[in-house]
Amino acid sequence: MAQQLLKKKLALSSNYAVAYAVKALDVDVIAAYPITPQTHVVEKLSEFAANGEINAEMIHVESEHSALSAVIGASAAGARVFTATASQGLALMHEVLHIASGMRLPIVMSIATRALSAPISIWNDYSDVMNARDTGWVIYFTSSAQETHDTVIQAYRVAENPNVHLPVMVAYDGYIMSHTVEPVEVVEKEDALRYAPKKVTWPRLDPDNPVTMGTITSPDWYYEFKYQQVMAMREALKAAEEADRVFGEMFGRNYGVAEGFMLEDAEVALITMGAFANTAKVAAVEARKQGVKAGVLRLRLYRPFPKEKIVEMLSNVSAVGVVDKAISFGAPVEGPVFNEVAGAFYSSDHRPVLASFIAGIGQRTVLVDDFVSMFKKLQEYAKTGRGPGESIYVGVRA
Amino acid sequence: MIEIRWHGRGGQGAVTASELVAVAAIKEGKYALAFPEFGAERRGAPVRAYTRITTETTLIPRTPVLEPDIVVVLDSGLLGLPDVLKGIKKGGLLLVNTKAKPSELRSRLGCSSDVKVATVDATGIALETIRTPIVNTAILGALVRASNVVRLDNILEAVKERFPGRVGEVNVEAVKRAYEKVEVG
Repeated sequence: MAQQLLKKKLALSSNYAVAYAVKALDVDVIAAYPITPQTHVVEKLSEFAANGEINAEMIHVESEHSALSAVIGASAAGARVFTATASQGLALMHEVLHIASGMRLPIVMSIATRALSAPISIWNDYSDVMNARDTGWVIYFTSSAQETHDTVIQAYRVAENPNVHLPVMVAYDGYIMSHTVEPVEVVEKEDALRYAPKKVTWPRLDPDNPVTMGTITSPDWYYEFKYQQVMAMREALKAAEEADRVFGEMFGRNYGVAEGFMLEDAEVALITMGAFANTAKVAAVEARKQGVKAGVLRLRLYRPFPKEKIVEMLSNVSAVGVVDKAISFGAPVEGPVFNEVAGAFYSSDHRPVLASFIAGIGQRTVLVDDFVSMFKKLQEYAKTGRGPGESIYVGVRA
Repeated sequence: MIEIRWHGRGGQGAVTASELVAVAAIKEGKYALAFPEFGAERRGAPVRAYTRITTETTLIPRTPVLEPDIVVVLDSGLLGLPDVLKGIKKGGLLLVNTKAKPSELRSRLGCSSDVKVATVDATGIALETIRTPIVNTAILGALVRASNVVRLDNILEAVKERFPGRVGEVNVEAVKRAYEKVEVG
């Protein structure tokens, strides 16, 4: 039986895992512009369309700005839509990102995360998504091809939830995941549509019942629109937890909004996202062999930020390190996720020693031993009760 | 866990080979990851790729393979590079695309007796069967014979899926010939 279950797995990269999820969800309109390392997503979807395996309207646009604009139009008309991008493409979309969330459209977009120019880098880090963190999108970071596949499916259930109606990004590491082949159990269309039924739950453009969307709004209403987005984002946390729980019940796989590894008795812990997770977990096992009681908290849902969950999961840990794959230039501490974790702990009674690690910028290799060293540093900080006070740049030639 | 490091030149298909072994392993119900080392993707430039295969855990680090069980070299001209033989485990396997006999190669490289050496003229086989010097499928046949890392039928199935039609047929022939002709010493 176990063997039979395993037999059903396909060998897919995260890029292809996304395309298979979009196929299962019976998406109506796909508009995208190819950009490394995301290109395979659009390539595979085009192949599905050409073979008649999907029924979607493929719009090959001239830029990412147009890609998102096109799916905004389609979504406003009641279509289930999808787009994908990375790096400069996401940057070029930037002003439109706000329009998608402000119009409360349930768009789903995958991001094969990549560094930003200049200098030009086609390689991985999270600069692109961190730039977009305040655009009002729900943001996931996934850590395997299977999870990427499953999360795209969950994303539609969250986005189209009537309490939410927000666009969702599913981000995964460019190359390190986008180009890595691994086993994926593909969700069948029938099951995906049972889990996320196609039903237009959001207000749409309809000639018989005319509405105006995204119009100019004077100071006596704009603020309320923004406050509604705040409330929707708070609801998105509950919706994401619900979507994950139901997914687990139906498919036997769920992930949580944050995942703990060996945290039960951990004295020190690293918070990571995306592809770092497995490497950090292997390092935690190794650090324990060397006498450091290490654990890992893997943050899967980044927006909305599950602050209470994180504080609770780390309630017995004395020193917490946050590994950031992006730099917030000129920030109090340059790790963007670090600042948010610090903010979460400041309003709690538990105040572990905190440390910021910057790693993997422009896909600089980070080995298991590098994570073991971070755990050891945390142990020192825990002993002295003092953190480093500024970001530690792992592996840089300073 | 079995860790494979692939050395080739851009255009020889090292990345595809690393993936096809993973595909075959996944067909066998194993857990596998295959990924390239990303540098400039230029035809002719040295490229590295990695495959990790295990039945014990899904906790596999997403890092380059530094201590491989198997090193596969698709272009013997790369043997002069310092990192090609680096870190290979005791009892490990070095498989090289070359006309040389394993014993000749072993003495030329000064390879320790802890490492098994296998050779195959994958370029010759590729030219006979595929009629281009793309050696990745031929080297797979040799790898399967020399290491038993996956089963031959699963590699053949993976090759047929990746290359449909006539291209698949000649590649299958390349795998089979290299499987017969590889020498281990």
